[in-house]
Amino acid sequence: MTELVRDSLDHCVKCTICETFCPFSQVTPLFPGPKYVGPQAERYRGAGLSPDVSVDYCSGCGICTQVCPQGVKIAEINSQARAQLWEDRGIPLRNQLIARPSVLGRLGTPVAPLANWALQNRAVRLLAHRLGGIHYKAPMPKFAGHTFQRWAKRHRSTVSRRKVVYFHGCGTNYYEPGVGEMVVAVLEHNGFHVRIPPQDCCGLPLQSNGNFPAARKYLRRLIGKLAPYAHDGWPIVANSTSCGLMLKREAREILEVEGEDLEAVSAATHDICEFLLGLHERGELRTDFRSLPLTVPYHAPCQQRGHEIGKPALDLLALIPDLRVIELDADCCGIAGTYGLKKEKYSISMAVGERLFRDVYESGANVVACDSETCRWQIEHGTDVHAVHPVELLYRAYGLDAPVAVSAG
Amino acid sequence: MTYDTVVIGAGLAGLTAALRLAEEGRQVILVAKGVGSTHLAPATIDVLAVDDKSPAEALSKLPSEHPYARLPVEVVAASIEWFKARVAGYRGGLHENFLLPTAVGAVKPSAVVPESMAGGDLRGGGRFVFVGLGLKDFYPAYLAENLDQLADVSARGIELTLSHEGSLDLARRFEQADLREVIARQLNAQLEPDERVGFPAVLGLRHAAEVWRDLEERLERPVFEVATLPPSLPGMRLYEAMSEPLRKAGGRVIIGPTVVAAETSNGRVEGVVVEQAARSTTLRARSFMLATGGFASGGLQLDSRGRIRETVFDLPVAGAPDRPRFLPTYLEEQPLDRVGVAVDEQFRPTDVDGNPRYENLYAAGATLAGAAPWREGSGNGLSVATGYAAATILEGAQ
Repeated sequence: MTELVRDSLDHCVKCTICETFCPFSQVTPLFPGPKYVGPQAERYRGAGLSPDVSVDYCSGCGICTQVCPQGVKIAEINSQARAQLWEDRGIPLRNQLIARPSVLGRLGTPVAPLANWALQNRAVRLLAHRLGGIHYKAPMPKFAGHTFQRWAKRHRSTVSRRKVVYFHGCGTNYYEPGVGEMVVAVLEHNGFHVRIPPQDCCGLPLQSNGNFPAARKYLRRLIGKLAPYAHDGWPIVANSTSCGLMLKREAREILEVEGEDLEAVSAATHDICEFLLGLHERGELRTDFRSLPLTVPYHAPCQQRGHEIGKPALDLLALIPDLRVIELDADCCGIAGTYGLKKEKYSISMAVGERLFRDVYESGANVVACDSETCRWQIEHGTDVHAVHPVELLYRAYGLDAPVAVSAG
Repeated sequence: MTYDTVVIGAGLAGLTAALRLAEEGRQVILVAKGVGSTHLAPATIDVLAVDDKSPAEALSKLPSEHPYARLPVEVVAASIEWFKARVAGYRGGLHENFLLPTAVGAVKPSAVVPESMAGGDLRGGGRFVFVGLGLKDFYPAYLAENLDQLADVSARGIELTLSHEGSLDLARRFEQADLREVIARQLNAQLEPDERVGFPAVLGLRHAAEVWRDLEERLERPVFEVATLPPSLPGMRLYEAMSEPLRKAGGRVIIGPTVVAAETSNGRVEGVVVEQAARSTTLRARSFMLATGGFASGGLQLDSRGRIRETVFDLPVAGAPDRPRFLPTYLEEQPLDRVGVAVDEQFRPTDVDGNPRYENLYAAGATLAGAAPWREGSGNGLSVATGYAAATILEGAQ
């Protein structure tokens, strides 16, 4: 365990503030809480010994670390303990599978109609529930049928001296290529040349499923693709908040990966909304927004809050005329990446999300904004309200969805 | 974004200052490395613990180094009224202290208290029953035996057997009517007509007011909460009651990142440096409010060589003792108790010569020098009064 993470343990004063905020221990007795499985149980974990199975019910949302007034890296301690647990016991096949989105993506994309049919088919889902341990109701995204990478290869970006590298992640590549196109359009509208290097998974789902060696392999490969740009001073922009956080911090603090390349990539990586708000602060963001007479509730995902950048989406969306944004204060949607897909955890995940679902539903809005793809799928699953990335609202307000306005870019 | 004010610290002082400014239409951002001590304290607003006498009178007799001495009593009173107008269900004022029982059966003077605790007021005596719920560190028989020694007070304990749960779980269960019904049925069979009933402070979280009223109706008598060890449910309610209107008033709240340094020039603070996931950034504003608390919350640090530091702006620290720094008498006042940041009449931290260090930096709460909140029973009162007053002055200065 990294010294940074392990040493922080000694700062725990057992104040239990983390327990009061944990969205998961509130809804299930199976998870006794972050302090209990973290700073307390850690003292009983020796080499190769993982006595505490309940740590598997930690979702890794990271809220405990955020609220801790003493700087204890509670979520990080728990992630590492979970990996140790699964290293001792062997990772179930299901967890190995759902933790590899790019493998699933490559398999599903060519046969998207069939795969999507199967994912919506009750009999297939019940079978997957029984045999595969994937809850039959869990929100599974639809394959787009074509990858964002394919679009990117054909796309000729604006020629400009202002350059940015786009790290789009697996969700955009296989399920929501449209979000990627909007990110590119918004950046180009603001005068950027957008470079989209070939890229694979960052390793985050493997990390949260306890397979650190495989996660590191993916991560190092991705760092290798992005590092040359970072060393040359290109900013890297990510629209997946959890994958962006992997590059910024979790690679170092949880996976214990080190090196100049990672340091350069970390320092260059920006969440898309963080990046755009930074432009605005320097007076460099175009504000030729059309009116968007909508009311949109906004949920900042847990991993977004882990960036410790505040909620830049709120400031950006405030620039759009007639758009009314409601900041939701529910902590978590419950999905936590792959957590809520699992048979034994689905109902916990839905119970965690209940407050958010109710707030979205009661807002009466037709659209809800949220930065993370898995959280959007979960919110749609829990509410039937369409969920979009905040960038989609900027894209529409710039008029980039209407051909007549595109020529202005 | 350039904000009007950056408030550092999410305790009651920071929340008070931020809410006051946001309500005035200021662009406020509150940044804190974690949640403040609201979650650890009973959420009573203790102004000064002078038994049941008037805190207002005692305020006027404090030495000039005390933070309260910066404030006319009317301003302290105004801050309390401001607080009561925003956080529903608080009772009391500066004229007299409530005397509330603690979990060990001691008596705690408090000026302004949640309505769910007010029924435990020991002034005038009476008959009290304390109900245990199997909660660790809440032993009704022990509590009652200590209180029973007071004149005019008779007290006894009843232990109801619930499954062994923590206070958070209990609070959530109390929000369901069926648990309240079971408890009321068991108690009604055992209670004498004129007994008041005290529970550990676990009577609900989001719907606490409803839970408490419902229990009073079912038991047909005053029901009250007794503060427990952390986590403090009344404190969690207080945090929600302050941070929600802050966000509604347009204030931004960021919990997590640590403020590690400041950028200053020409006697002004231009920005504070905030550590984020991958780098640090500077939050710029016209003015800054330091509400980082004392040693316990990291606003002040004592190193092994005995040096005391204010951790964000490296401000001069007042009241630092010569050796010894600690006395063996644990419960007596300690030499370090009154250490903190000295401020001028406008709550601006000062240099050793008494001049403000930065013209646009203000400070409030437990970070201030001159008070010994644990000893004098002034913690939340100081936070509300100085947070309110410093924000008012800051607002007027701009």
